Amino acid sequence: MSPFSWDHFLTMGGYAAYVWPAFAVFFIVLAADYLSPGLRRRRNLRELRARMARQSARQQQRTPASP
Amino acid sequence: MANWIPLWVHKLSSPPNFYRFAGVLRPWALGLALLFGAIALYGGLVLAPADYQQGDAYRIIFIHVPCAWMSLFIYGLMAVASFISLVWRIKLAEVVAMESAPIGAAFTFITLVTGSLWGKPMWGTWWTWDARLTSELVLLFLYLGVIGLYHSFEDRRQGARAAAFLAIIGIINVPIVHFSVNWWNTLHQGSTVRILGPSKMSSDMLWPLLTMMVATKFYYIASLFGRVRTDLLSMESGKDWVRQIADQEGRP
Repeated sequence: MSPFSWDHFLTMGGYAAYVWPAFAVFFIVLAADYLSPGLRRRRNLRELRARMARQSARQQQRTPASP
Repeated sequence: MANWIPLWVHKLSSPPNFYRFAGVLRPWALGLALLFGAIALYGGLVLAPADYQQGDAYRIIFIHVPCAWMSLFIYGLMAVASFISLVWRIKLAEVVAMESAPIGAAFTFITLVTGSLWGKPMWGTWWTWDARLTSELVLLFLYLGVIGLYHSFEDRRQGARAAAFLAIIGIINVPIVHFSVNWWNTLHQGSTVRILGPSKMSSDMLWPLLTMMVATKFYYIASLFGRVRTDLLSMESGKDWVRQIADQEGRP
């Protein structure tokens, strides 16, 4: 095994233009896949809280009117 | 549910229980995925020697092949979960099937792009319509079809049922992808790693590949659990347990 050299590692023996984009795609796509449900979850919970707030406001309006 | 299914399975498949269970396991799965992934990358990019024919370009294999395996594995799992959801109408199976599709599509996409980036220096072309490449592209379209069908119905459970049918029918494509390199003359190389019999690869290249396979499995668990949790919350948004979570997270 040849000793590690940064130069060889970064140039990938002349194939850097193919190897590094491949690894970049791997990480970017998986990161996007991992983070997207978190955003969806936050939006859903915000909408649910708004709905709950509307419901409780309606109930409070109704209470003083009842005998 | 049938009474031969153990009680704990029954309990775990209830949405609030699974939500908590997945929430506990998810960080561990992600941690193991990152750990195994880092070890595999170190082994593949630094320790493994260059290939005698392909030089350093072959190092794309350490992500290309594990992603290709995942694209087939996730499809199989999605089809099984679809079948369970259609036969026993288990809500959790339906959610697992529908949330597996985007992860599988992501892995299939990575497989196609990294394969293309590998094909250009080795074969001299980004793309060719040979059996392996075409069947993998069909796999991507099947995933996209499942996702599209699921979202094209007003009622999401109806959409999930239609998409589950498509997922089950599309399973025909999985053996076609796997055996395409044996059935047809293709530019794509045959299997290097075999479950039965010796692999055609030296061990200092093989172990990073297998370690990356373990990492992608753990990644799948982490991603799936996050997606399933999100889906369960929106599916059960009228229920008390979800209102409690919304309430807790809304407090400053």
